[in-house]
Amino acid sequence: MENKNERRREEILRISGVNPRKCMKCGKCSATCPSYDEMEYHPHEFVYMVESGELAPLLESKSIYKCLTCFACVERCPRGVEPAKLIEAVRLTVIREKGANHLKADDIPAKLDEEIPQQLLMSAFRKYSK
Amino acid sequence: MQRIGVFVCHCGTNIAGTVDVVAVAEALKNEPGVVHSAEYQYMCSQAGQDLIKAAIKEHNLSGIVVCSCSPRMHEATFRKTAAAAGLNPYMVEIANIREQCSWIHKDMASGTEKAIILGKAAIAKVNLNTPLTPGESPVTKRALVIGGGIAGIQTALDIADAGFPVDIVETKPTIGGKMAQLDKTFPTLDCAACILTPKMVDVAQNEKIRIFSYSEVVDVRGFVGNFDVTIKKRARYVKEDICTGCGLCTEKCPQKKVPNEFNLGMDNRRAIYIPFAQAVPKVATIDADYCTMLKTGKCGVCAKVCTAGAIDYEAKDEFIEEKYGAVVVATGFNPISMDKFDEFAYNQSKDVITSLEFERLTNAAGPTAGKLLRPSDGEHPHTIVFVQCVGSRCEACAEKGKEYCSKICCMYTAKHAMLTRDKYPDTDVYVFYIDVRTPGKAFDEFYRRAVEEYGVHYIKGMVGKVSPEGNKLKVQASDLIAGKQLHIDADLVVLAAAIEPDKSARGLATMLTASMDTNDFFTEAHPKLRPVESPTAGVFLSGTCQGPKDIPETVSQAGAAASKVIGLLCKDKLTGNPCVAQSDEMMCNGCSSCERVCPYGAITYSDKEFRMPDRTTKIRRVASVNPAVCQGCGACTVACPSGAMDLNGFKNNQIMAEVDAICKM
Repeated sequence: MENKNERRREEILRISGVNPRKCMKCGKCSATCPSYDEMEYHPHEFVYMVESGELAPLLESKSIYKCLTCFACVERCPRGVEPAKLIEAVRLTVIREKGANHLKADDIPAKLDEEIPQQLLMSAFRKYSK
Repeated sequence: MQRIGVFVCHCGTNIAGTVDVVAVAEALKNEPGVVHSAEYQYMCSQAGQDLIKAAIKEHNLSGIVVCSCSPRMHEATFRKTAAAAGLNPYMVEIANIREQCSWIHKDMASGTEKAIILGKAAIAKVNLNTPLTPGESPVTKRALVIGGGIAGIQTALDIADAGFPVDIVETKPTIGGKMAQLDKTFPTLDCAACILTPKMVDVAQNEKIRIFSYSEVVDVRGFVGNFDVTIKKRARYVKEDICTGCGLCTEKCPQKKVPNEFNLGMDNRRAIYIPFAQAVPKVATIDADYCTMLKTGKCGVCAKVCTAGAIDYEAKDEFIEEKYGAVVVATGFNPISMDKFDEFAYNQSKDVITSLEFERLTNAAGPTAGKLLRPSDGEHPHTIVFVQCVGSRCEACAEKGKEYCSKICCMYTAKHAMLTRDKYPDTDVYVFYIDVRTPGKAFDEFYRRAVEEYGVHYIKGMVGKVSPEGNKLKVQASDLIAGKQLHIDADLVVLAAAIEPDKSARGLATMLTASMDTNDFFTEAHPKLRPVESPTAGVFLSGTCQGPKDIPETVSQAGAAASKVIGLLCKDKLTGNPCVAQSDEMMCNGCSSCERVCPYGAITYSDKEFRMPDRTTKIRRVASVNPAVCQGCGACTVACPSGAMDLNGFKNNQIMAEVDAICKM
């Protein structure tokens, strides 16, 4: 169990390319986050919990789908920690392990309207499906 | 053939713990030139040094090798020992068998083997050593201080106090620097002007001190004790010796729309101006960029109103050449630009200001006469948000901020917050911090007072963004301890901008051949033990040009720099380092490679007449080294393609002999 957690942690760090030790705990990422109120765990907590190996609550949390990937935290972090990439990596870990699809092609037609740009559909597939 | 003595030190167990010192002494006994070999517990002790002296006399030694600690530690000690016994001090070689051997090896056998090799290398070198005698140079008993802020002022006053003449060069029309712009000073809250301006007057009245204001250093030549400096005195179009500083011209000048840099552009001044009431020298200056007379030839109001007749529209820049024995750099700092920090809306709202602007807003001589009013509408702000570390400790993007901690912001923000609450108790004051850093005498107590007595809200977390909406500033921030995202409607946001060295520092460093770090702070000769000296001899550092520091620290460092300058100027002659480069004129091909790589400007070329074997003469261009300027770095010896350049004490054949001795094993 311990080993599995450590393997996951290393995988998250590897695919995100983030070094959470660079964090100086200023909280600017969470200060700037537009999804703050939607999230149970916030960007700075992701960085702290991945560093301390506390992955289980993150993997179970809906917060990983609430991140807008707007990269405001990445843009403004004074230490270049890039929390959004870390959250993305946690989400990918869940998706890869569960094989879970949160968005299926069949769901799309019902959601379509003229305002939706193509690019949004593309990124929605990348973000919410396997 | 040399007669060499070898002395192996135990250094207690520091060396003897990992190196078999007796075996080392025994093995080195039979090396070429060695006539005596001994070991002792502590070679640097008085008894150990006596042992060396006795051996030099007894065995008539011509050179010695001490196998001990790093030469940085005790080379000077053993050179003195040798000199006391009548040996030339440059006939001493140190084999470092502690830092580079016993401390890094765990195994006795390999440690001993390496110590023997290092000893052999040193012996090989001594065999080729020649006695060296250092040269002497005179000292010009005058000091130059570049920068007239509190650092430069204190240094100049202390040097003058010791009886040496000092010149201060200041780019602004007045001395005083950043401290003159401050309102109160932490942690005792004395008014900055009240403690600074008497010192400025002292400078003006001191017969030993000359002030070159509105001037800059444009050229530095020479070396320690003998600097030749060119100072450019910019035309101020007012005769300094005639102007009485009455200020009438500054009231009558019709050009009223010039941004006032002393108030950071928050109000306007005239084209002819005196920066502030207590300016030194108290002389008006015409800003040529805005003066109608200088631009179009149509005005002349100031000349008409000046009863002293001090206005001179024909004035030109003057160049002054002067000799100095020592140069003190005191160029100071500036807050960094906030242009790249879009998230704090500095360029979108007038009510987002920097801490230095806040100082001017609370200063009785500032644009609001000391009333804290919003720059946008002149209303009294009821909610003020202070943001710490704006651009400091910012590693992510070098073009945006600075990686270092600016050191002074925690304290001045506590001061601002406290004074605001004291004067306007109806104001809510928030300070967003990452860490509160208050290591200083009575500093932490000061910060705690702001929280406990004055009710300043200190919130652990950073501000993420500031967005102007109507006449409010929407502040979105983290409260990390409560685990909340805060939204505050603020009237005024104050940014504690990081500080950076003044832009003039880099050019100056090049002129002085003084080294800088990646942030353009001047580097000290040793970070702990020689903190006010630059590695370049004769150049000293005072104040924030060396690193961020507050006023108490700046004043201490300024005094320390002055004492080093006085120590230098007290000497009539300077003894040089004989381990300097020397050019063999017969081998020099005149290519200039050495001149280009020399970081100290010690090499010059000249045409010389040489007699050829066939009795004709030929003029050749050859290099020569000024031994007083050369620091012995050896860059030229590497660059020289013809092998003409060599470093005394570290000649190419000596280094090769060491390498050979090591490789023979």
